[in-house]
Amino acid sequence: MTEKDIIEQLKENVIQGRKTQQDEGIDDDLSGTPGVVELTRLVLEENISAEEIISALTDGMRVVGEKYSSKEYFIPDMLASAEAVGEAMDILKPVLEAANIETRGKFAIATVKGDIHDIGKNIVAILLKGAGYEVHDLGIDVPAEKIVDFVKKENPDYLGLSALLTTTMTEMGVVIEALEDSGVRDEVSVLIGGAAVSDDYAREIGADAYCLDGFHAIKVLEGLKGPKLAKRN
Amino acid sequence: MPREGILIANPYERISDEQLQQIHRASLEILVDPGLLCFSQKAAEIFNDNGAGVNAIAGADHPCWQLKIPEKLVTEALDNAPKTVRLGARNPDNTLIMKGDEPRVFFISGSETNIWLDVGFPSYVRKSDSSVEIKVPEFYPRRGTVADLCQSAHVCEHLETLDGYIRTVNIQDADITEDNKDVNKFFASLNNTTKHFMSGLTKLEQLDNVVRMAELIAGGKEALEENPIISFITCLVKSPLQFVGDTTDTFIEVCRRGLPIVVSSSPQAGTTAPIKEAGIMAQINAEVLAGITLGQLVNKGTPLLYGSVPVRARMDTLGDSYGSVETSQYNIDCVQMARFYRIPNYSTSGVCDAKIPGQQSSIERLFSNIVVTLSGPQFLHCAYGLLDGNAIFCLLQAVLDDAHFQMLKFFLKPARVDAQELEETMKQIREVVSTPQKLYIRYIRPVLRRGEISAPYPFEGDGGGDSVFALAHQRMNELLARPVEHIDPETTARIFQEIPGLLPRLNVYRERN
Repeated sequence: MTEKDIIEQLKENVIQGRKTQQDEGIDDDLSGTPGVVELTRLVLEENISAEEIISALTDGMRVVGEKYSSKEYFIPDMLASAEAVGEAMDILKPVLEAANIETRGKFAIATVKGDIHDIGKNIVAILLKGAGYEVHDLGIDVPAEKIVDFVKKENPDYLGLSALLTTTMTEMGVVIEALEDSGVRDEVSVLIGGAAVSDDYAREIGADAYCLDGFHAIKVLEGLKGPKLAKRN
Repeated sequence: MPREGILIANPYERISDEQLQQIHRASLEILVDPGLLCFSQKAAEIFNDNGAGVNAIAGADHPCWQLKIPEKLVTEALDNAPKTVRLGARNPDNTLIMKGDEPRVFFISGSETNIWLDVGFPSYVRKSDSSVEIKVPEFYPRRGTVADLCQSAHVCEHLETLDGYIRTVNIQDADITEDNKDVNKFFASLNNTTKHFMSGLTKLEQLDNVVRMAELIAGGKEALEENPIISFITCLVKSPLQFVGDTTDTFIEVCRRGLPIVVSSSPQAGTTAPIKEAGIMAQINAEVLAGITLGQLVNKGTPLLYGSVPVRARMDTLGDSYGSVETSQYNIDCVQMARFYRIPNYSTSGVCDAKIPGQQSSIERLFSNIVVTLSGPQFLHCAYGLLDGNAIFCLLQAVLDDAHFQMLKFFLKPARVDAQELEETMKQIREVVSTPQKLYIRYIRPVLRRGEISAPYPFEGDGGGDSVFALAHQRMNELLARPVEHIDPETTARIFQEIPGLLPRLNVYRERN
């Protein structure tokens, strides 16, 4: 297989949403042939440049996005592709760091204190990772002080807060106040999401943006010029 | 391969075996006392020749006979009536095979309405803010035409869930007369659908022309016997307990020709039948048994369907209330009676009291469609596009109904719980629980691709507004734009040559000729 063939296969497997060789894919039963994980390892062995690999993964995700927009693909398809790309990014991490290639940003995500609902948060984390962000999942029922500690220590570009319940969404405001009190609010862009919250609520508590779902979050991040990002740029 | 319909695994039943027996006994009693009035001399003679009690009633406005049908004749007829009825089709893949003892369902259009309902989407501007403009669906009733019948057959051909076509609209063009109505409605329908076609007959004199047309399409007399692409509906019994003259004569002639026919009765609980369930059931069953007996006396072994269109009266107008809950109860009872006799049923659901498509229409029709389907009624008619009882047909509603039936068909798929499925999913459970996200989403995809996940409602819009009608209308136009397989040019030419009264504009090859 030529270098071009491998790269093309990598892209195609992202489109097929095949993380490993056990996955079926969409068009045909491709199980048994290498998936994104196996192909990523192969491209590293072949010494193909990290830029080229990232380009194949990004191109694949672009096609997936188009297919989703045209209703050919459903959310499970998008997630499968995003999950596959996320795995590839984990494998590529040391190579990217060695080549001084930055991710699209460091994104911390958490379900706030008192709330244990994490389906939405987990889906958002998979999609963001697949979109090229370095995602740090702080888990569920996370107290404000733990979030603030992470921001101070790890210096993320973005903080995503999730809450399902009207009784727990107020905790998002508590987190933002705690960031302000600790002097790090300007260091991170805060995005909120969850069934109970809205654009209005984001403004009310001083968050930078409200995201309807994971896809919306990717769009919001593309347009967001948060304080931290502005500083980086 | 014939169409499969849906086999109902555990059919819903309202009445017990003992109650079925009780209704059967009551019906047999009714057939003797009070018996039936018969306005058909032919029928009176047939019953008389076979040992029924037949007495002419003196002084009636029309010749009339009092019939007393003994149990022996009914029992023999039930023994002789075929327990499996085959309804053929231009495309043999659309054949329907109905077994009387099987709780299966086929979804069929019908019945004939006088009014055709068009839909338009005029724009309205808000009085207080002229920048706000919306399109609102409006409905325009008019008399049905032969072009409408062609259109409805065309769309029904493409409705995936629709298994057979009963003519939907009465053709009332200026050039349609009592003499040419039958040949034109049969040709318009048969030329636009390859599914089975069923209809009533307007004039008995046209029966042979209609049958000849079917023979030409099927490939000859024997071919039509093998593949009966047409069948007939007759309401030969008018409730309560009266054989109607002209329809009964039509019924006799169709039976003589051995083509499939529905013995249909449509009593209205409260007016032409008792309001109580036991009463309407005993009467409608007696009426259908009388028809089945006549049919088998005319031609032993002729294929018949146990036709039931019971309905409850509206309390405000005493008109038909097809949307009433009791109407569905009576229909399910009839499904059980037909299965008790092992004769395929022709049942009714999906008819509503609402006059236009909308919430009332959706609720009424979906309710009866679900509950009657669950009883395994075999030939389920009146299911697509009907409004205002059976007064109005709306093609848009038929397209909306198709979406309902897609849901029902999916719902009735057999449950898949077996050792292999459990083993596979247990593996998934163990795998997912060990991951940080704990999500099963990646396992959706193969199931989704195999079509094992039900489709979303096809007329759901993108925004917050309700765009169901607009999207269904778009779908309707897409189906109309999709071609249908017309009868071939040579056969069409022969039909137009041999069958009198056909409108030249129905010949799709006319311009080319």
